[in-house]
Amino acid sequence: MAVITASRAHRGPNRLRRRIGDNLRAYLFLAAGLASFALFSWYPLVKGVILSFQQDNLVVPPYWVGLDNFRALFADPLFFTAWRNTLEFTGLALVFGYAVPFVVAIVINEFRHLKGYFRIAVYLPVMLPPIVSVLLWQYFYDPGSGLFNSVLGALHLPTSDWTQSPRMAMISLVLVSTWSNMGGATIMYLAGLSTIPSELYEAAELDGASVWQRVRYVTLPQMRFVLLALLLLQIVATMQVFIEPYQLTGTTNEETITVMVLIYRYAFTVNNDFGLAAAMSVLLFVVLAAFSAVYLRLTRNAD
Amino acid sequence: MTVTTPSPARGRAPVPAPPAVPSRTARRRPPAQRTAATRTLISDADLNRGRGRLVYRVTLVTMAVLFALIFIFPLYWMVTGAVKTPVELAQPTPTLIPQTWHPETYAEAWTKLEIGRFLLNTAFYTVGGWLIQLIVDVAAAYALSKLRPILGKLVLGMMLASLMLPAAALLVPSYLTVVDVPIFHVNLLNTPWALWLPGAANAFNIYVLKMFFDQIPGELIDAASIDGAGRFRTLWSVVLPLSRPVLSVVSIFAVVGAWKDFLWPLLVLRDPEAQTISVALSRLSFTGYVTQNEMFAGLAIASLPMIIVFMIFQRGILNGLSAGALKG
Repeated sequence: MAVITASRAHRGPNRLRRRIGDNLRAYLFLAAGLASFALFSWYPLVKGVILSFQQDNLVVPPYWVGLDNFRALFADPLFFTAWRNTLEFTGLALVFGYAVPFVVAIVINEFRHLKGYFRIAVYLPVMLPPIVSVLLWQYFYDPGSGLFNSVLGALHLPTSDWTQSPRMAMISLVLVSTWSNMGGATIMYLAGLSTIPSELYEAAELDGASVWQRVRYVTLPQMRFVLLALLLLQIVATMQVFIEPYQLTGTTNEETITVMVLIYRYAFTVNNDFGLAAAMSVLLFVVLAAFSAVYLRLTRNAD
Repeated sequence: MTVTTPSPARGRAPVPAPPAVPSRTARRRPPAQRTAATRTLISDADLNRGRGRLVYRVTLVTMAVLFALIFIFPLYWMVTGAVKTPVELAQPTPTLIPQTWHPETYAEAWTKLEIGRFLLNTAFYTVGGWLIQLIVDVAAAYALSKLRPILGKLVLGMMLASLMLPAAALLVPSYLTVVDVPIFHVNLLNTPWALWLPGAANAFNIYVLKMFFDQIPGELIDAASIDGAGRFRTLWSVVLPLSRPVLSVVSIFAVVGAWKDFLWPLLVLRDPEAQTISVALSRLSFTGYVTQNEMFAGLAIASLPMIIVFMIFQRGILNGLSAGALKG
């Protein structure tokens, strides 16, 4: 130890100077990245937590209010409505946007023709700006002259008020959301299916397994990881739903107000109550971070 | 990718493998495709036999028609709806082929709704954001991968930790940060910087780029430095030319993400003159001043750039997503 220290001390100044120089240069390359993360990622995180204990409306300087924001949240009936609606949306979105693409992907994967067509068609809506999908469907949903009711009427099927009917409003939001996003899940499922080794299916078939048994005992277990990863991704994404309720049913509709819409309402409409919105954000963050952490854990382990 | 709007700075992209040998031919060759010969759930033999063949044909045609109806027809309706008169659009029986033909609606929407301005705004924000993201994130990833400064691992860890932050949950503090940027005390509202600077803090890009740079052999870097190239020169002439696959992936996701973004531009671009096309179309839809055919024209124009990107980079986008699904 002493020898090493001595020899290092001997060549010390030069080496040290070079190491400092190297580090300085490295941090020069890192500077812009560090600054943008510090200002727009790490700082807002801290600020968000602080803000949730403050009163801040851009008019008076922020001041501490302790747990008042959280108390106000729990006293607001809309708080519970928003969470209930968000969970309803997430649940329905799982049925439509998680299960349906899986079945679709299994079927497409069996096709020996038109594979490219199916992949492109299902992904096309994903490329559209979300507002385009939502506005387009807004016209389809129009109870008077919308395409859906026209077609249903022509087929002598019952029509609906869609987004304007309390019963159908949430389902309408889920449908447009699924239409515009299911392409991503489908492509990912297809990728997963393509990695299942042929030998497994061959062996299962030799053992006399029916098609359904092959799905049950080969496809499902082999897709376990992709299914789980997509489940978590989907939950995290759908719990942040905003644009569909914002555009289709508005920010004051109690049938469809979601957590994000309520945050938007608190912070960016009449009152500019940033503290209250921040408190709501902190709660959403805690819920989502738990899911994100599980997701990152899983994908890390897979590597 | 999943059922709702993904947060702005969060594309899921693959980590393409770098070429082991940086020869010209190796670089030009497209990535090897997985052969389609592997069997799936049902064997080819079963599909070619009597009943199996019939079932296969029927399912294939049904699915193909369903896909056309569900995913392509709405776009057809949008594009052709724009050339119909509002009266025709309001008819109780929809017309599959336009009976009235007014392609000039596109031109009217362009001027009356100022689609041209908003399209230009969006293009400007998208291209600027893409360039800034590339410059900032490539430099940071290069430093973390090849220059390895002290505390580099900690910095990377803290950047990656931000992947756990759902952008939506940070909406309010991010907005207040942009209104009054700490230290500099400037207000970025209604300026492109409100989109560009937060976009540069993209941990996913840095992670993907660093993973790629890590696989570039150290000997190449050493050789460059022996030849007298500085850090920047090495990055520019050795690392970047080898990194074209990963740069294109990062670029596509950056451009598509910026074009599709809605909530953040809605908040920080309050000035109608500065708005993106998505935000402007949403605002116009609430005014009641726009007829349905004009709105359809606006929607079609807003979609066109992304459709073109998809047609050109379709393979890269779909394969990128697939690789992302498998690697996480």
